[in-house]
Amino acid sequence: MVELALPKNSRVGTGKTHPKPEGATNTKTFNVYRWSPDDAENPRIDTYYVDLDDCGPMILDGLIKIKNEIDPGLTFRRSCREGICGSCAMNINGTNTLACTKGMDEVDGDINIYPLPHQPVVKDLVPDLTNFYAQYASIKPWMQTQTPPPPDRERLQSKEDREKLDGLYECILCACCSTSCPSYWWNSDRFLGPAILLQAYRWLADSRDEFTGERLDNLEDPFRLYRCHTIMNCANTCPKGLNPAKAIAEIKKMMVERRG
Amino acid sequence: MANIERPLSPHLQIYKPQITMVTSITHRITGVALGVGTLLLAWWLIAAATGPEAYEVVSQFLASWFGRLVMFGFTWALFYHLCNGIRHLFWDAGKGFELPTMRKTGMAAIIASVVLTLLTWVVAYGIGG
Repeated sequence: MVELALPKNSRVGTGKTHPKPEGATNTKTFNVYRWSPDDAENPRIDTYYVDLDDCGPMILDGLIKIKNEIDPGLTFRRSCREGICGSCAMNINGTNTLACTKGMDEVDGDINIYPLPHQPVVKDLVPDLTNFYAQYASIKPWMQTQTPPPPDRERLQSKEDREKLDGLYECILCACCSTSCPSYWWNSDRFLGPAILLQAYRWLADSRDEFTGERLDNLEDPFRLYRCHTIMNCANTCPKGLNPAKAIAEIKKMMVERRG
Repeated sequence: MANIERPLSPHLQIYKPQITMVTSITHRITGVALGVGTLLLAWWLIAAATGPEAYEVVSQFLASWFGRLVMFGFTWALFYHLCNGIRHLFWDAGKGFELPTMRKTGMAAIIASVVLTLLTWVVAYGIGG
């Protein structure tokens, strides 16, 4: 359902401005979305000043510094700090990306941080991605076969067949793309969204998988696949430089081709 | 956990507008506008079939400044929907998904729609006045 405005309990108010660190001359302003389930208040934006002379270069470094030194209550997910785990996906100055691979110097002026868009908020910058993971499970993201594997070795693939997975296997499921997609915002209950469809195509494109027909049957649905309208926010925002919209177009082509 | 009424994180309110996003929503808006505009066309045809008096009413409306403004908008909506529709045809064939291409074709569709609209009106005024 298209609902352009936020529900009443989700409207964002102004929050607290934390004082500048003493003696700091070179600071960056962080405006961060805050919400806690512990009180009945609406979300708010808190402002922090980070001393750039005593901080790592990435936005995640800034957030960790805030949590360590200014406000231990600030909540966000992070793990690998090198763009491979996908935990620190968030909306930074209007587009979704990984806080660990986005440099503070890439942002002119204030850094505005929100959780991934149009998701239920668990706390602060932590969205509830239960639906996203359930959708991932629904496409059966593993190799499915009927024929037995060769007795003496694993299932092999030609170099050319392996190359078909380039641009697909690199996806880290950070959910930046899906939560950037207006179609996913309005129909995430039924539309699978760019990340999951790219994963679906990853298995459709795998020469070793033998369940292509069943996989396509599962996607043949007005909502699951066909809510993609080529808005392209997914490819524009992907921190790994992948193109989910292209993968979705390939699935649509497979649908047409199998009809003959 | 289930009893907590969780807020929905901001979406449209904060997301940065981008050319591909703008060309997409404009495609939909012009599509709706063309649907409504077709009613105008139907009104004109029905009036023409009804008789000279009815036809005169429609003609006067369409010739008024407001009528011309609506027709101008209709012309642009038609050309934009056409130009961007061509992009959609390529996408359906799996082509033109690279981001630089996307941005270029988006700009091309916008510019072409404006040029075609102006050209149509210049020619129309040249012939009809």
